[in-house]
Amino acid sequence: MTSQTSTDAFTDTRGHVPPVMATRGLNVYYGDFHAVDDVNLDFNRREVTALIGPSGCGKSTVLRSLNRMNDLIPSARIEGEVTYHGQNIYQPKIDPIEVRRRIGMVFQKPNPFPKSIFDNVAYGPRVTKMKVDSMSDLVEQSLRRAALWDEVKDNLKGSAFGLSGGQQQRLCIARAIATSPDVILLDEPCSALDPIATAAIEDLMTDLKQEYTQIIVTHNMQQAARISDTTAFFTAGLDQDNGKRIGRLVEYNDTSTIFNNPAEKSTEDYVSGRFG
Amino acid sequence: MSTTTRTDRPSVVLVAQSSRWGEKLIQFWLGFCAIASVIITVGIVLALFSPLPEFFSRVDFREFFSTDTWAPALATPSFGVWNIVVGTLNVTMYALIVALPAGLGAAIYLSEFAGRRARKVLKPILEVLEGVPTVAYGIFAFTFVTPLLRDNWPTWLPGDLGDPPGIFSAGAAGIVLGIMIIPTVASIAEDSMSAVPRSLREGAYGLGSTRMQVATKVVVPAALSGIVAGFVLGVSRAIGETMVVLLAAGASPNMTLMPNESVLPMTAFIGRTATGDISAGTDVYFTIFAVGALLFTMTFVMNMISIALVRRFREKYE
Repeated sequence: MTSQTSTDAFTDTRGHVPPVMATRGLNVYYGDFHAVDDVNLDFNRREVTALIGPSGCGKSTVLRSLNRMNDLIPSARIEGEVTYHGQNIYQPKIDPIEVRRRIGMVFQKPNPFPKSIFDNVAYGPRVTKMKVDSMSDLVEQSLRRAALWDEVKDNLKGSAFGLSGGQQQRLCIARAIATSPDVILLDEPCSALDPIATAAIEDLMTDLKQEYTQIIVTHNMQQAARISDTTAFFTAGLDQDNGKRIGRLVEYNDTSTIFNNPAEKSTEDYVSGRFG
Repeated sequence: MSTTTRTDRPSVVLVAQSSRWGEKLIQFWLGFCAIASVIITVGIVLALFSPLPEFFSRVDFREFFSTDTWAPALATPSFGVWNIVVGTLNVTMYALIVALPAGLGAAIYLSEFAGRRARKVLKPILEVLEGVPTVAYGIFAFTFVTPLLRDNWPTWLPGDLGDPPGIFSAGAAGIVLGIMIIPTVASIAEDSMSAVPRSLREGAYGLGSTRMQVATKVVVPAALSGIVAGFVLGVSRAIGETMVVLLAAGASPNMTLMPNESVLPMTAFIGRTATGDISAGTDVYFTIFAVGALLFTMTFVMNMISIALVRRFREKYE
């Protein structure tokens, strides 16, 4: 299978560093619907991996299975493995809450809590009972790293709902990094933002590479090309058993290879804008 | 050529073919129904408030609002309305002690913890409970809760509080009133908690919150105005409820907040007094309107607060 070979080729070239996260034979079902089929991916430390592909190809489903967010959907079911530092996070003894503390998430639509800016950032450390010397230092640090501090430092007690969409999304990133996760999952974080706010988030992601492993789902191919180190291309095919739509991983490689010299014709068609 | 085709076409009719009288009649009838209910309500309010000038010409305004003995039917009557207002507040307070935690707990369970099947069974049951006739609750209070309290009263409590209640007690009425308003409190609170966007919950789970933390730190604060609206509506129902207090709270106008004594809530006073025996034009007759108007004002204000809170909640997310 193509995905398998490209994954192996990829691991060979960089295999010296064990990946932070990996999926092996990952299948996700929603009830009877087989959403993604046999995905094998490795996510390397302090890199940005982009998951791209047309709508309905299962890239968000894959992302949400990486920190067990799919557990919240009653009909969702998973086969295969998702490993985090070698441990399968779907083993029965694993607590999804512990998983999510280490693998944070930023969503498509900014979703600040109806609380003050300060309390939004402090929420994670508080619920996880993190040992913090000074909460205000941690909040400042997180907001600085999310490139939002200068804009909100005089209004920390103000409601998060008073911020613009782009500011709210940076607040959500600050909120995610306040708990010092290891991996940050971003589900189309810029799709609700204007180009200027998008540029700010992209700069931020590039900065955050120094500390975090990031995995981003995006519809924007230029964005994937600009910020990611590796890219996985998914597409929606037809299930041979029942003829229903099913998401498949087509190709996974360095971003430059995916965009300039893809192995698969469908990848080339997609990245050059001929379909999708 | 083209002009001929155009003129050949049958003329286009845009004028109504009939005046559609039936539709107009239905529209008129529907409008009438909507207006009639408003007019009737206004009529009731006027009927309640119009005897007030007569009442206050007989009873001093200051006596009504600043003394606390209630005996309008005695030979030397006294009209201290605070007595029965406190009677109402007494019962309402015990009702709230029961209904707030139980109602909020039920709402949190239904909206955050219950599986789809549990919810499907419990929510309709809760809503059906709202329709149980209040007299049934009254009988339940009188025949079940009152003896239960009397037999199990914590007599080790200090002072008068240690005395077991008699046949009538504010506590028994309050507890049953509380049980009665749990469905109201729970179903409004649950509605507003379910309306909290899924994205907020996901955001909280994504930061490593437990279910309890998502419920108490994110969903409840986000739905707070709706939850408070449910509380206020529950309070307003408790204040206005008559049957339970009539059967269980008693008829002695003791001005007290103690649960083990008999009190006379405002509605119970009206219920006991406004019978066939009352003669129109007496002081007592007018007293009913004064108490009724005060009661109306209290519940009206409560409902306005509740509506304002619900509206504020909607604005936040729509």
